[in-house]
Amino acid sequence: MATRAIEIEDTKTGEVVEAVYEHPLIVRLCHWVNAVSLFVMVGSGLQIFRAFPSFSAKIPQKDLIHWPKAFALGGWLGGALQWHLTFMWIYLGTGLFYLGYQIFSGHYKQVLFVPRDIPGVWPMVRHYFFFGPKPPAREAYNSLQKHAYTSAIILGILSVLTGFAVWKPVQLSWLAWMMGGFHYARLWHFLIMWAILAFVFGHLVMVVLHGWNNFVSMLTGWKKDPDYTSK
Amino acid sequence: MNSRINSRKFRTINRRELLKLAPVVALGAFAVPKLQRPLLAAGLGFSDWASARLFRPEHLAPTFGDSELTPFDKFPINDYDVDDPQVDLDNWKLSVGGAVGKTGNYTLAQIQALHKFTHSTRHVCVEGWDVIGNFGGARLSDFLTMIGADLAARFVTVECADDYYESLDMPTALHPQTLLCYEMYGQPLTREHGAPVRLNIPTKIGYKQAKYLTSLKVTNVLTRVGYWEDQGYSDFYSL
Repeated sequence: MATRAIEIEDTKTGEVVEAVYEHPLIVRLCHWVNAVSLFVMVGSGLQIFRAFPSFSAKIPQKDLIHWPKAFALGGWLGGALQWHLTFMWIYLGTGLFYLGYQIFSGHYKQVLFVPRDIPGVWPMVRHYFFFGPKPPAREAYNSLQKHAYTSAIILGILSVLTGFAVWKPVQLSWLAWMMGGFHYARLWHFLIMWAILAFVFGHLVMVVLHGWNNFVSMLTGWKKDPDYTSK
Repeated sequence: MNSRINSRKFRTINRRELLKLAPVVALGAFAVPKLQRPLLAAGLGFSDWASARLFRPEHLAPTFGDSELTPFDKFPINDYDVDDPQVDLDNWKLSVGGAVGKTGNYTLAQIQALHKFTHSTRHVCVEGWDVIGNFGGARLSDFLTMIGADLAARFVTVECADDYYESLDMPTALHPQTLLCYEMYGQPLTREHGAPVRLNIPTKIGYKQAKYLTSLKVTNVLTRVGYWEDQGYSDFYSL
């Protein structure tokens, strides 16, 4: 896709580097609002989970884990539900706004993992995890990145769908039924949260590894001196 | 050929783009103690509003076969105070008031004279656990008709022997699966499960299904919503 690029001439040294506009404003806004709402949804969700930390029967109750209160938000079940039932609308709204923008602007081509990306995944895995050579970069995201971001978007959609099945297992009984009923929808909702957290962990590690320029691009949109060229 | 600018101009562009993210800071309002409570109340209120819009009066909660029933002894006994508030079952009457034609005290026999409906439905607790129970009783809608209730009123409220109290929106009160329940698993309601009469509402969360009923009122104005709701739980919580 056509990416907006400029050349920047350093006023002191006269050195010229390229800068590419990678992240449109709407994507950046959605990213940061989503980061906040995801934090609130996970924190309050874990506090809700604390009220019944199990996925088996109530009698006899076998707790899965005792999740520490320090890593939960809302103070008590009612408070956590207030956070969860408030931020779910922000989370959903941001997601829909983001998806709508990506689809109608065509910007999704930068992030969507397509079959053409499959051959590029293994070389990137080899580079990151097994000290393989760095494959040449051709665009903003490499194949493995696209895979990760596309997966995260799908997980986000699934978190909303499983969440609605838990919230409205009668009005949306077809949705709950598809997940094996309320009981299993609640389990899926929980597991998908962990999958999202796994993505967030990997994402944060990569942000640290890739340094300041890369981080700033999600704030200003512009990536200075990218490892690929726009031409 | 890319256009070329100098690094000072690039810094200006970057600063301007960063400032455009300012709306994200608005979320910080949730961290301000004074604003947090009203904001969360508004969010919960919006969820309740959406729940009421999503509620379909004709849509039935899924029902289950006998093989899927949770055994009676594995059906949790949940209450906020005591399991058995010592209801005098022999002299029990349901006191009925508010916007109804025939106010007064109704006996269990009068409720049982109405057509009995039985179903096995899922009972979901706000804590997250769920069981499938078998419930029998009279439709609340039949009872409301019998007492000449104003069915255009907005709410039905109940009070309980253990001082628990609840309220119900009229569409849910008139739902065909909403029961004045006096039987579980084909047996008269035990004291722990709310004898002699409790609400069974398969379209609502557990805490709305009050036990040990003592009074029922039809009204347009709520002075209080429910024991848990008044402490911050969702008012409407439909499933």
